[in-house]
Amino acid sequence: MASGIDELRQQYRRMLEIRRFEEEAARAYAMGKIGGFLHLYIGQEAIAVGVASATREGDYFFQTYRDHGIALALGMTLEAGMAELFGKDTGCSRGLGGSMHFFDPEVGFYGGWGIVGGHVAVAAGAAFRSKYVGDERVTVCFFGEGATNIGGFHEGLSLAGLWKLPIVFICENNQYAMGTPMSRTSPLEDLTLKAQGYGMVGDRFEGHDVSVVKDRVKTAVDRARKGEGPTFIEIETYRFRGHSMSDPAKYRSRNELEERKKKDPIAIVRQRLLEAGVKEQALLELEGEVDDAVAACVKHADEAPPAEESVMWSSVHAPTMAVPADRLPRGVVRVEEGSDA
Amino acid sequence: MREIRYREAVREAMLEEMERDERVFLMGEEVGHYQGAYKVSEGLLARFGEKRVIDTPIAEAGFAGIGVGAAMTGLRPIIEFMTWNFSFVAFDQIISNAAKASQMSGGRVPCPIVFRGPNGAAKQVASQHSHSVDPFYTNIPGLWVVMPSTPRDAKGLLKTAIREDNPVIFLEGETLYNVKGEVPDVEADEAIPFGKARVAREGDGCTIVAWGAPYYVVLDAAERLRQEHGLECEVVDPRTLRPLDIETIVESVKKTHRCVVVHEHWPYGGPGAEIVDQVQREAFDWLDAPIERVAALDVPMPYASNLETLVLPNVDRVIEAVKRAAYL
Ligand SMILES: Cc1ncc(C[n+]2csc(CCOP(=O)(O)OP(=O)(O)O)c2C)c(N)n1
Repeated sequence: MASGIDELRQQYRRMLEIRRFEEEAARAYAMGKIGGFLHLYIGQEAIAVGVASATREGDYFFQTYRDHGIALALGMTLEAGMAELFGKDTGCSRGLGGSMHFFDPEVGFYGGWGIVGGHVAVAAGAAFRSKYVGDERVTVCFFGEGATNIGGFHEGLSLAGLWKLPIVFICENNQYAMGTPMSRTSPLEDLTLKAQGYGMVGDRFEGHDVSVVKDRVKTAVDRARKGEGPTFIEIETYRFRGHSMSDPAKYRSRNELEERKKKDPIAIVRQRLLEAGVKEQALLELEGEVDDAVAACVKHADEAPPAEESVMWSSVHAPTMAVPADRLPRGVVRVEEGSDA
Repeated sequence: MREIRYREAVREAMLEEMERDERVFLMGEEVGHYQGAYKVSEGLLARFGEKRVIDTPIAEAGFAGIGVGAAMTGLRPIIEFMTWNFSFVAFDQIISNAAKASQMSGGRVPCPIVFRGPNGAAKQVASQHSHSVDPFYTNIPGLWVVMPSTPRDAKGLLKTAIREDNPVIFLEGETLYNVKGEVPDVEADEAIPFGKARVAREGDGCTIVAWGAPYYVVLDAAERLRQEHGLECEVVDPRTLRPLDIETIVESVKKTHRCVVVHEHWPYGGPGAEIVDQVQREAFDWLDAPIERVAALDVPMPYASNLETLVLPNVDRVIEAVKRAAYL
């Protein structure tokens, strides 16, 4: 039981870190320190943290542009995340990727992807690798319910199902694809029916309780690890903010939002910890620590050096045209062999 | 003339053409209830109803294909890509099907469809959301490719596009939607023909060809060149990238003897290179200097704003290029 409480406390900390990180990101965005698209994970934290608890080191993870939560849940540092949002060299993608393209292979995170459905087959490719080399790594691929309509999703599932790849597909059904409720994009309510057609086991549940998420996902991860094939999991959830910072979310009522906020996954864990005997004071301390850690990551991001031009060039291969440098159109930089510029 | 925004110009063109022809409908993600991701289709759902302003799931290949089939059988779809970056998912529908229907059928089955949406970099939307797709589509016989820079051109060219009997790639400027400009009254019903460039600024010092967001960079650069160097540049906006109105460009070069091409797409190939190729052959004897190009740097778009600024064509790079071409 003690270990259960320790785990829950750890999960609470992670979920709160994600929540505070996202809140700080929203603030920095309003101040112009972050640009582009910013999709927040607020409201969905139990899923990322539950999945992280259900998997182990060496597993692979792929996510959409709504990618801060899972990266942090896997143990990527707050500094690497915030610095990325600020476009800094110390960011997880060295300032080249931004909010939508977090990457941290050290924790198994293979990206934040921006094209809906585009990463599903890519994730299946990582699972293909596990089968090819014969190790036990499992891949987890996240996407929204909106993505289940696009070809990339179906082709990814089609192959994963056919070849019984060790992968768990997690559909975070937060009810809306941008401004469109699922009732206007899918004739099905139960999305696991789509996976049935690809010969896959389906599971479906509410994702407000991190312990439930962990247990149910663990079953699917174990199945994949044993070589028994992929699982499609639809997890019902809700995003408390708009689709991105530029979306005022006028398509849903305040009432609906308030109702959903009653199932705030963070409040649920907190309550459970109190019920399990953890003292209010201890939680306040933990919360203070999280606040400090997040404040520190913002400070780090503020002070870190900007993204490097040399990385912009060296991270792109084959930029060189096979003509003498003085004949290149202006603005094309020729990369000399062996140079890192 | 009244002034309206580029966004409103695009909307007016759709509204007027939908009123004019019942076969015209608008289909895409968030075009209806949400009023368009960039509010371009605001009010159209209320005006025309769900039959003609159709929200789709996220399924570009699917709804592009629906558009092609509907067009081949007599409707006149306007297919909106939320941005052109997402058209890659539907590439096959556009290139293998829309562009080929007429030719494969020996001219018996035209495909009157408009694919439209915002093109090019916005601000810090990074690698997968910053493409200038001009080079991909201009390479394809069977597709008209249009990219208006001003509200007036946006409206007039879109009206022509909707009336055209074969597929049109209509590239709007993602950062141009708020640009204001003069547009003729509704009664004028102005439809601007394809294949006609527009001379935006006259001068005899150097020809600068530009379209899309860089068009405004070039206008600023031309002003500074006048003030700082007394050089009067002639700015030509091709407006239609396929076919190109090379005559207007060449005529200008024969007057200025110098040419700089400025574009947001990558430097390898594309309409930028095509213009250089045609100008050097058509106006070889009139050129006093090698033709210069200012392009996006040859890398996927980085997120960080300090790097994005480096990648995109800017006033300083244009001025440098013009100074090289003019031996200043
Ligand atoms: C192919 C493609 N089409 C359109 C978009 C624009 N877009 C980005 S997110 C999004 C909605 C996605 O909704 P969902 O899959 O439910 O995920 P959520 O954002 O709710 O997590 C859309 C339409 C895109 N990125 N890629």
